[in-house]
Formats: sequence, C-alpha cells, structure tokens
Amino acid sequence: MAERCAIVGIGQTHHTARRDDVSIAGLLREAALRALDDAGLDWPDVDAVVIGKAPDMFEGVMMPELYLADALGAVGKPMLRVHTAGSVGGSTAIVAASLIQAGIHERVLTVAFEKQSESNAMWALTVKTPLQAAVVAGAGGYFAPLVRGYMQRSGAPEDTGIRVAVKDRANALKNPYAHIRDPNLTFDAIAGSPMLWDPIRFHETCPSSDGACAMVLTSERAIPRPKLAPAWVHSMAMRSEPTQFAGQEKINPVSGQMCAKEVYSKAGITDPRREIDAAEIYVPFSWFEPMWMENLGFAEVGQGWKMTYEGATALDGDLPVNCSGGVLSSNPIGASGMLRFAEAAMQVRGQAGEHQVDGAKIALGHAYGGGSQFFSMWIVGSARP
Amino acid sequence: MADEAKPVTNIKTPMRLEYRYSAGVATSRFLRGIGQGKILGQRCPSCRKVYVPPRGSCPRCAVPTVEEVELSDEGTITTFAIVRVPSENIDVPLPFASVHVLLDGCDIPFFSVVQECPVDQIRIGMRVQAVWVPKEELTSTLQSIRYFKPTGEPDVPFEKLKEFL
Repeated sequence: MAERCAIVGIGQTHHTARRDDVSIAGLLREAALRALDDAGLDWPDVDAVVIGKAPDMFEGVMMPELYLADALGAVGKPMLRVHTAGSVGGSTAIVAASLIQAGIHERVLTVAFEKQSESNAMWALTVKTPLQAAVVAGAGGYFAPLVRGYMQRSGAPEDTGIRVAVKDRANALKNPYAHIRDPNLTFDAIAGSPMLWDPIRFHETCPSSDGACAMVLTSERAIPRPKLAPAWVHSMAMRSEPTQFAGQEKINPVSGQMCAKEVYSKAGITDPRREIDAAEIYVPFSWFEPMWMENLGFAEVGQGWKMTYEGATALDGDLPVNCSGGVLSSNPIGASGMLRFAEAAMQVRGQAGEHQVDGAKIALGHAYGGGSQFFSMWIVGSARP
Repeated sequence: MADEAKPVTNIKTPMRLEYRYSAGVATSRFLRGIGQGKILGQRCPSCRKVYVPPRGSCPRCAVPTVEEVELSDEGTITTFAIVRVPSENIDVPLPFASVHVLLDGCDIPFFSVVQECPVDQIRIGMRVQAVWVPKEELTSTLQSIRYFKPTGEPDVPFEKLKEFL
C-alpha cells in the first residue's frame, strides 16, 4: 500500500499584474518561504523540489529551472519540472505527492508559478502554424466558441456567466492574496464590460498575474510539529486526450469525466455533490463554472447553470466553488492549478480565513490545460485516509 | 535620486523565433492540394471519419489513414466567436468572426474566419463557402483560402451539428 501523503505547509504570493520588485526566483522564494514557515520547516529539511510552470514562451525564459535550483534550495538534491500546459500546477502537486506515496522521499517542496508581466501569453498562444490560419486570438479566442456551443446546447440563461463573475469577484474580496479585489464589480459593471471574444466579456475573463504557490508535502512519519493539523491526500487522478479528433466532446471532455470518476472512486466518494464540502475548480472564463459542474458530475448534462443560478456554488451554498475568487480573480497561469489544489487543502485545514467554508472536511482541487485536454484533480481531507 | 541609486527593475530583450516545418506525407499532399485550389482530407479505415487537414493517422483509432477524400469547399458553421480584441499575430480587421466550419463530407471542424457578412448576422448552422485567392496567386499554404462567406442556403438545424461541438 502507498504511503500516506500530508500537506503540512502552504504559501502563496500576493498575486498582481506586475511584480517589478522581484525576479522570478524572488517570487518563488516568497511562496516557498511562506509554505516552509507554515510547516515549521527550513530549507535543509527538504529532500526534493518539484516545480511547474506553463510553456516557456509565456515568460520568454527558456528552462527557468536551470537557474532556480539554488534559489529553491535544491543544490545537491533532486529537482524536476512538470509540464502539462494550464493544468501544470495540479499535475506538479500530483508528481510531488507521488514521490511521497511511493516512499521515495519524506519531505517534498513543490512550487508553481508564472510571472506573466515578463512576456505576452496572448502572443505566445496566437502562433501562426502551417496548418491553421491565425484566427484564434489567445485562450479566449479558443474557448469562446465552446462557451457559445454550451449556451446553445444547454439553453442556459444569458446572464449565467455574469453571475459566476459576480460571485467569484465577491469571494476575492475575502482573499487577501487575490489579484482582482474590486468592490465595484457589480452585476451591471460586469454585464456592461466590453465583449472581448463575444460571448465572453472583459470582466468574465481571468486577469494576467504575476504569482507563485508552494506546498510542503510529507510522509506520515515525517510530519513536523505543525502549527496546524495537516490536510491529507485522499486521492489523485490525471487524464489526457488529443487536442482534436473526430467525435471529440469539446464542451464536456471525456478525459475530464474519466478523471473525475477515478478521483472520486479512489477516495470512496459515491455522491460527490453531497460528500464534497468545497471545490476549487479551474474557471478561467466564467461560463466554465457550469460547464465543469457537469463534467465533474455535480450536475446532469445541460443542468450545470442551475447550480450557479440557485446559489449552490456560492460561499454559503451546498457546494461552494472557488471561495478564493478562483482563476477569474488571480491567474499566474502555471500557479493557477496549484492554487486550486492548495486552496482545497486550506479549506480542510480551516486555514482559509474569511473565505473559509465552515467545517469543511473534504475538498476537491481541479485543473485543466491545453485545449481542454489535460486534467488533474485531487481530493483532500481533514481526516487521515 | 541619482541614477546609480535607482534599481533596474526591467530590461527588454526581444526574441524572434522561426522554424522549419517538416510536413510529412499526408500533410504534403494536403498542402499541394491547397496550392491547386482543392481541399484534400483522409478517411480512417477503422472509424470511417474524415480528417482535414490530414495528419496521416487517426488520433482515435491510432491507425494510418491512406484513403484520400476530396472535400467540398462549402460547409456549415458549428460554432464561432466574434473577436473584438487585438492580437499581434492576427492581421484580420476587428471585429471578425472566428468560426469552426464543418466542410461537407468531413468529420472535424476547420478553423477560419467569415467575411462579407455583418458579424451580428453570423450564426450556428449558417452555410458558408471558401473564398480563395485568385488562381495565379495560389500557394501551398492556408493563406490561399482568404476566408469563408455565406452561401445564402437555409441554415442546418442545430440537432445535426451537436455532435461536432
């Protein structure tokens, strides 16, 4: 049987549009030091470092891991980088936790990041390739037609996406680390913001952020004397599929459905909506909340929008989603997935401050990437599995 | 503050990237076809789905695709976005309709733009046709298809397009 994996330290930066005061290394150390401090550990205690970020072109720095080994205390220790597009923050945490579960290491530091201000991710995502006309403007240009397809197929009310954005931005006001903390983002302000990639409005879109997230994971026998009880990894799953193939279900990807089924079944969850107390889901454009509610099995196909509409996904709803403000409120791309995983762990540790769900015991962290082709998920709990 | 005392927070170091694409057998045939004003796809021997552009194999069945299929340059919009945000690599004037076109006889949508139509009239199910560059300007690149334009035929009902989303 695999070793149990505990999350004993969590740290993140104050996400913002530009961090000119620190280098990439400085940004990562900020998150890592907060995670080590939370764990009550120091650099020498760490056995290995696992990092993740989005494609190199997003920052214009080739192989940043080459110069991060010393900054992250990895000299003389194993260090590795994980790469699965936007889902990378989640899969990085999964690789780090696997090293614990496999009994290879006792204490692993994992860090994910993006310093978007150093390059232009939209440029990097709008490459001219020989087999595709350059007509897809950034991630929004890629996902907007899928959102339109969802709207048409489900018959969801047109303001569903606005309601998601209102909720997530209100949640962000309760999260001191969130990038977009603007009390003026009312329903009317969001509805009146310009269409960027119609049907997606400006305020229904994630920001570009500089930020990092870090976690310290340990085996059961290596748990330090923490200030706070650890969160426990109950299950993890990853899935992938090709970017494009005939018959592909692009709105409700089969790989996402399979990943969710596995992560629930490994954690012994049979009724996810009832058994999960909080979920941090990768929602870069507001309409992805109802789409992922269906993909994750919280709602029947075509019914996900009702959860948003009925307030089920609000902080005081029956399945609070993105209590931290989510990707819509902070998007250091490579870190965004790990933030979902870390925020889920914070919920079950009772560490989420003003955006804490009272008594949360089981939480889901979710990330996706590429053309909705990489999925990574974990279930964490306050109880030892 | 004297200049020497000011921190250097940012310097610009522009990058340029150029790459040579090895097209391979299936894609070479597709690109040569485009150079002659034809759209060539390939059918999977196992699931019978027709792919364009063909990549020489079926991503679902993991088998080589050899049977060539000449496709119509007419098709149906399965979904779309109206792009109103500028992007450095795109030279189409804003706003424009970025569309998924399902070419007749094909099983996978093709990404392109629709013009000669106000953007607020673009809709799912609309019938469109490719507008090519003049014959003497055809090259083996996708720039040979300038854009798609409405044909004016009746729309295809959404029921028939659902599975391509």
